[in-house]
Amino acid sequence: MGKYYERLKEDVRFIEALNSCMNCGVCTAVCPAAEFYNYDPRQIVSTVQTRNEEAIESLLKSETIWYCGECMSCKPRCPRGNTPGGVIQALRTLSQKEGFFIESEKGRQQLAVKRTIGENILNTGYCIIPKTVAPDMHPEQGAVWEWIWEHDQDIFECFTENYRQAGAGAMRRINEDCLDEVRRIFDVTGGTAFFEQIERQSEEAARQMGMDSHSDQYIGELFTANNGEHFRE
Amino acid sequence: MKKGNWLEYQKEIADDRYYYVRSCIRQNFFPGSEAAFLDIMRNVLGKDVCDDPNHTSCTGIGYHSDIVPVETTMTVVARQFAMMTAAGYENLAPSCITSFGLYQEILDMWHHFPDMEAKAREMLYKATGREFDKPKNVAHASDIIFHHREEIARQAKYRLVDAVTGKSLRGVEHIGCHYAKVFPDKGVGGAEFPYVLAGMIESWGGTVVDYPERRHCCGFGFRNYLVMANRGYSIANSKKKFESMAPFKPDFILTNCPGCPMFLDRWQYAISEMEGVTYGEKGGIPVLTYEELAGLVLGRDPWKLGLQMHQVPVEPLLDKLGVDYDPGAKYLGKDGKYIGKPADTMLSNCYCSPM
Repeated sequence: MGKYYERLKEDVRFIEALNSCMNCGVCTAVCPAAEFYNYDPRQIVSTVQTRNEEAIESLLKSETIWYCGECMSCKPRCPRGNTPGGVIQALRTLSQKEGFFIESEKGRQQLAVKRTIGENILNTGYCIIPKTVAPDMHPEQGAVWEWIWEHDQDIFECFTENYRQAGAGAMRRINEDCLDEVRRIFDVTGGTAFFEQIERQSEEAARQMGMDSHSDQYIGELFTANNGEHFRE
Repeated sequence: MKKGNWLEYQKEIADDRYYYVRSCIRQNFFPGSEAAFLDIMRNVLGKDVCDDPNHTSCTGIGYHSDIVPVETTMTVVARQFAMMTAAGYENLAPSCITSFGLYQEILDMWHHFPDMEAKAREMLYKATGREFDKPKNVAHASDIIFHHREEIARQAKYRLVDAVTGKSLRGVEHIGCHYAKVFPDKGVGGAEFPYVLAGMIESWGGTVVDYPERRHCCGFGFRNYLVMANRGYSIANSKKKFESMAPFKPDFILTNCPGCPMFLDRWQYAISEMEGVTYGEKGGIPVLTYEELAGLVLGRDPWKLGLQMHQVPVEPLLDKLGVDYDPGAKYLGKDGKYIGKPADTMLSNCYCSPM
């Protein structure tokens, strides 16, 4: 019994997600990620179940744990009541705590998510706000969204009186007292420390690649890099 | 299946006095839908809904992208419960499916690990000085519209039938994954027979059309959409659904998750621009939220519902329904202000020049 398996067991999601896998492969059969990526949740659960520390460490450093979309389609299908998506959540958390996430292209993207979604939560109280869905980074949003993005005030005011202002309604400005409460929750519960860990490890990753983790070059790399080896044949 | 067995597929949905929790994604992309929900609940059904400005995101998108630890998320959720308690409500009504699944996950976790609930209470108090009661009922806003669907049918101006032929319109539904796949007993019909959207379509005169990939994910996949390099995952999954439903010639797609209608709408646009393929006869298959569909049958102005914010043109559906609308008002801003209009696309051109 070694340290990684024991640390996974500290995560209640892992305790709930893994009973005993019989390797039937139903999770892989229904998995949207397994159809697209070179990804096999059955194999991941099977590997973790062996408690082989070396194999678990390899997973924590791998690309494969970052492919899951956490749709949880696997949960109602498993005949043994396992949730491979929950095992993935525990693996990803441990990978970041150990600093292993920077060893994979997909893992390094965690900084991009932290810098966008994470900072939106702390600064605005929302995961997403209209102005951060910029058309140049979201060409798939199309011409209508581009029109909305350019005229957001005029359009959102059709549906709410408090767009980016105090009061109730869609995309209201959440007041500073509420935001301070959320920030203190992050401080008290380890959320802030987790963000700092992602930043600290990413500084090292960027340095190894000859870049600065705060540079547009590195962030651009995180959002767009694709080594072409992620997909199913 | 014996009738009695269906009892396990039912869920309790509170009848009144809801604490509404807004959705990050729905507010961004479908602000008219949340306005329509409040309008219908208050002005059509006469219900009490609290729209509290002091709640925040549940952090769900960050949680499922694995940048926010479970301890942090459960304490932010505890704060939402504290705001509900302080406002004097007991029935939580989330607008978001990710949030709905997350509230169920946290409550289930606290049930199995009472020490986690104690920890959440301790951390919330330390951070904010707040305390909370757990909600007595958690129903997604689509559950609530489902619960009141017959009253909405009674007050409807339009039925889901073709105004010219009198034939029932054909709807396909797409249920957000976290509605019932995470906790099947928390959704109407469970993970196997989800009926929350199908029930609305049937009560309002439409026909639900089955299709092979009905339960497949839309392809959000959290980090798989948020990071540009990963979006192939997202569009590939939506495409799988379009190709599965298109042969059945649906008149519309109905959704209950805030993200799904955005992806099913935008990826139709992207596929049309990338491959020259459209899935409907006139510029794609319109994708609606359940609030938009309820608003339409109740006779609300489509542009007041926000249907101009869709990339796939909705006019083919409005025309079939016989909805009285002003095409020239589609892209006007508040108080009729002219603010230009979106550039033409293959989808909009398809509608302007019907095949």
